[in-house]
Formats: sequence, structure tokens, C-alpha cells
Amino acid sequence: MRPSDRIFRVLSTGSAGLIMVILAGVALFLIIKAGPAIVANWSANPDLAGGTTHGYTSFWSYVGPLVWGTLFSSLIALVLGAPVAIGIALFISHYAPRRLAGVLGYLVDLLAAVPSVVFGLWGIFVIRPFIIPFQDWLNHYLGWIPLFSGQVSQTGSTMLAGGLVLAVMILPIITSISREIFLQTPKLHEEAALALGSTRWEMVKLAVFPYARSGILSATLLGLGRALGETMAIAMIISPALLFSVRILTDTGNSQTIAANAALNFPESNPLQRDALIATGLALFVISFGVNFIARWIISRTGGSRRLRKAGSR
Amino acid sequence: MTATTVADTETRAPRGPVPNALTSAQLPRFVELYTLAGALAVSAAVLAMTGFSIVGWLVLSAVLYLVSLGILSTVVENRRKATDRVVRGLVTIAFLLAVIPLVSTLVTVIIGGAPSLTWDFVTKTGGSVFDPSTLKVTIVQGAWQAVVGTLIITGVATLISVPIGILAAIYLVEYAQPQQWMARTVTFLVDVMTGIPSIVAGLFAFSLFTLLVGPKAFSGFSASVALSVLMIPIVVRSTEEMLKLVSSELREASFALGVTKFATIVRVVLPTAIAGIITGVMLAISRVIGETAPIFIAASFTSNFNANPFSGPMETLAVKAYADYKFPSQDIAASYQSAWGAALLLVLLVVILNLVARIIAKAFAPRGLR
Repeated sequence: MRPSDRIFRVLSTGSAGLIMVILAGVALFLIIKAGPAIVANWSANPDLAGGTTHGYTSFWSYVGPLVWGTLFSSLIALVLGAPVAIGIALFISHYAPRRLAGVLGYLVDLLAAVPSVVFGLWGIFVIRPFIIPFQDWLNHYLGWIPLFSGQVSQTGSTMLAGGLVLAVMILPIITSISREIFLQTPKLHEEAALALGSTRWEMVKLAVFPYARSGILSATLLGLGRALGETMAIAMIISPALLFSVRILTDTGNSQTIAANAALNFPESNPLQRDALIATGLALFVISFGVNFIARWIISRTGGSRRLRKAGSR
Repeated sequence: MTATTVADTETRAPRGPVPNALTSAQLPRFVELYTLAGALAVSAAVLAMTGFSIVGWLVLSAVLYLVSLGILSTVVENRRKATDRVVRGLVTIAFLLAVIPLVSTLVTVIIGGAPSLTWDFVTKTGGSVFDPSTLKVTIVQGAWQAVVGTLIITGVATLISVPIGILAAIYLVEYAQPQQWMARTVTFLVDVMTGIPSIVAGLFAFSLFTLLVGPKAFSGFSASVALSVLMIPIVVRSTEEMLKLVSSELREASFALGVTKFATIVRVVLPTAIAGIITGVMLAISRVIGETAPIFIAASFTSNFNANPFSGPMETLAVKAYADYKFPSQDIAASYQSAWGAALLLVLLVVILNLVARIIAKAFAPRGLR
């Protein structure tokens, strides 16, 4: 082996190793910084008396509502977005004219390229006014459901508006993964279904969906992972409060998310409060790592191919 | 409406006791277009009486279309075909639902940002200027500091991520055995890393630099480190894909000539895959250039000009758009205007990066992969 060979081998192996070190470093430095805030005595510490951490007795009572808000907003985004995303994937893979399919797929991928702050501005100036009449309607007729109850917002800065923008933001990832796996359905299965006289929808039900079930599940989970960590849409659009609330149409009952809370309060916080925000970030890291871990595990268990992994990295 | 005439002509067709998909009644070929036109017309007429709105019109038309097509097909054809037609309508509507936000976002940004996007806006440093003689504060609209900040922060992040990402991909494809624990761990971790929330990357960079440098750790370099955490997995993933496309015959031919592994990779494999790798890198840049949260956590924000990535706060276009909206100056309209300008400039950058990436991929792809 020549020296150049050896050096190059060490360099590339080292880079791969560095990736492991970086991920471990992310966890490690978050833990080191988060430690003081987690173990601090929240009711007695003057640094935690004001601002965002005012009135909490421990870190856990502070992070609890934030975790709830994060999960709840992502769930709304998923309920609104996932069916549409899977529909789009089906349209592109099995319904659209073959020649157009590539262009249409690219259009949806373009959604992923729009910066989140642009979606935030769009949500504020377009979505908020747009959904006000819709919110009034929901509140008037379906107000007896806890989800739609409460004093309806007149500004539109609600969980529903935030969830709607989040749903748009997670469309591309769910669509691109589902599309790839729909396209991988064995042609023979599809042709067999058609030969038995199925309509196109029956063919999809008989051949495509059974084959793609785990792929759809992990695509949805990856979409959930994206929604959990999305900051700007929530931070800019909704008027938040730290509470356990399921109301999505009010000004005062919007549960805050971890990411938006950290983004909004970080600039004005003192060092210990920043540590507290970093600790909530650690919680977010653990949650989204878990969700991604499960999604990737499902893909790898069902023999996900290269194409599927490629789609997921977009 | 067309419905009655269609039903009239079609029910005259002979129907055997056992319905047969090939011979039983069928709707005419373009029935979906007719129904759509009918639905649009009827809902327009209905809304003309109650008060017209484009959104209401489209929603009502969509519902009317699905319902009438379903009923029509059930009556004339059979339930299975009706379901098929309704599902076809539903997935098409799903796709249109995705196009609406895309078009709406782009149009809003262009309309909002175009008035403020002048040469002065791009090349002047924004901020307020206090004139001591007249005691008046004039606000200068400008995004120069953010343009420079964006280029520096993203540039440094690219310089960090690209070598690490490409070398790691070379390790995964050229050196590692697929079943080796390290290869499997790295592959898996890279997959999981693509899902790290961007704000967590920002909090990580802030933690790292406060522990290393002290409490005043805001700097452009810190933001670059945050972006690198987000960028490395994207670069690894796309480079890996491209290296795997290089056919093994090329490598074997090179080895057979006695060329070393290092020279094979650098002289044969990389040149073959270089277009794809560059495309991947550019797409990765376009992904992170629009990040907001990690940058203002790691680099804070400022309207001052700062071209030194190693000290002091720095601003990017995305952060400027956010800060101008969230913390407007006394002249709120002007601040919003400048937020839109920054947003449009950012979208233009992203679009250009995407286009150039696609062009490179198309133009320089090796033969056979095109």
C-alpha cells in the first residue's frame, strides 16, 4: 500500500467516524448545557423567577405543556396533511399521464425548497385571514366538540392556522417517499389484478396498498418527525400559551411547541433560562430521534431499497 | 344538464340478467369533463345568488362534481366503477390542493417583495441613521448585511460539510463492507440525522460555543457549525447515491491496469460521478440557506454590517425576514416591506441554486445515466 492510499483510507474512514462523533456531540453538549436547568430549584432561583420560566416549580412542569403542544400541533398537521400527501403520491404514480408524472413530482418537491420563514410570512398574511370565516363556521356549528370550542379567534392566529401551514410543509416528504414505494409495486401484481377485471382503484387496493403499507407508515412517521421540529411556522403564526389545551380555534388556548418556544424566548433570556430552553430542546431531540429511529427501522426491516432512502433524505 | 340526456341514451342499451363489465352500459368517454363543467356552472349559479367567492366556488364545485359523478356512474354503470371514478377525482383534487399553496406562496412573495427589491435594497446596509443637526431618525432600507451574512455563513457551512460528507460517502461505498458494524451504524445514523430538528442544531452550536468561548458566543461560525449538522447527512446521502451509480466495471478495469485504490477513486470514480455530486451539494445548500431558527439562535441578529464570521452577531436573509416582521421599527409598514424583500431575495437564491443544480445534472451526466 502506498502512503497516498493509506492516508486517503484513513481520511475517509475518519470522516465516517466523525459523523458518529458529531451526533454523539450534539447529544453530549445539549446534556451538559441542559443539566443546570434541570437540577435547579425552580421555585427559589431568582434567575428563573421572571420571563418565560415565571411561576414554574420544576423543569418538568415547564416542559410538560411544551411536549404536549409539540405532539398536538404535529398531530393536527399529520391529520390534515398525510391523507392529501398519500393521495398526491397515488395521483403521480398511478393516475397522472406517464409523461407528466415527472414534472408533477418536481412541482411537489419544489414545496420542500421553499424556506420555512417564507411559509411563516405566507401563513400570517394569507392563511390567517383566509381561515377566519371557516373557523367561525366550525365554532358555530361544531362548537360542542372540545376541539372547536372556546371563544373563536378574530385574528386567525390559531392552532388550526399553524397546523395547516405545517401540513403544507410536511406534504413533500410524505409524498416523495410514498411515491417511490408506490412505483416499486411489482408490475405483475398490478397486471394480475387488472386481468381479473379490477377497476384501477381496486387494483390499487389489491396490489399497491398491501405492498406499500409499511412504506406509507414510515413516510407518515418521517412527516411527523419533520412537523415536530418545525419552528418558524408555529412561532410566527400562532399566539401561544404554555398549557395543555386541545382547542384549535381560539386566541388564548393554543398550546405552545418546544421549537417555537425556544425560538421566541431565546433572545431575551438570561443564561440559566437559556439552559432551560436548551433542556427543552434536548427533549425535542429525544422525541424526534425516537420517531425517526422507528421510521427508519420500519424501512430497513421491510428491506427498503436505495431509492426509498434517497427519497427520505430530501 | 348533460346527466339526463346521457342517462336517456344509455338506458336504451340492452342489459342482460347478469351485468357484464364489457357489454353493460358505459358513460361516454369525456363524461368527467362534462360533469366538471356542469358542476362549475351550477355552483357558480348557486353562489351568484348567495354571494360569490372563488374559494367557495371551487370547494362547492369539487363536492358537486364528486357527488354527481358518483350518482351518475352508480345509476348508469355500477358501484365499482362509481367508486373508481370518485377515487380518481379525489386523488386529482389532492394534487391540486398541493399546487395551490405552492402557487399562492410564490405569488404572495413576489407581489410582497417586488416593490422593495431594488438595487439599493440589495447593496445598502439597512438600519436607522440619526442626524444630529435635525434630530431626525431616518430608516435606511437595505439587506446588504444579510446578503453578506448569508453568503459567509452558508459558504463556511459548505466548506465544512462537503469534504466530510463526500469522504464519508467514499468510505461507505468504496471501503466499507456492507455488513460491517461501522458502515451499518453510519448509514443508519446519517438517515436519522436527516431528521434532526433544525432548532436543535442551533441549540447545539450555541451550547458548544458557550462552553468553548464563553457567554458572548454569537458568531457566524457558530451558525455555520449548526448548518453543517443539517447539511452533512444530505451531502453523504446524495454522494453515496451517485457513487453507487458508477459501474463496477470501470473500477475493475482500473484495478486490472494496476492502478491503486486511491488513484482509482480520484481519477476514475469521482470524475464519473462529479456532476451528480455537485448537484447534490447545491441542493443541500439550497436546503440550508433558508434555515432561520438555528441561525438566529447561534448567530443572533443584527442590522450592522459584519463580515467576520468569528466574532459578533451576523444576519442572514431568512433571519432578516423574520426579525423585520417580529421586531419591526417605528415604521411598521416599511419593516414588513423589507421583510418581504428579504424573503423574495431568498426565494430567488433558492430557485437559482435549484435550477443550476438541475442544469448541471442534465448537462454533465455521463452517457448512459442521462
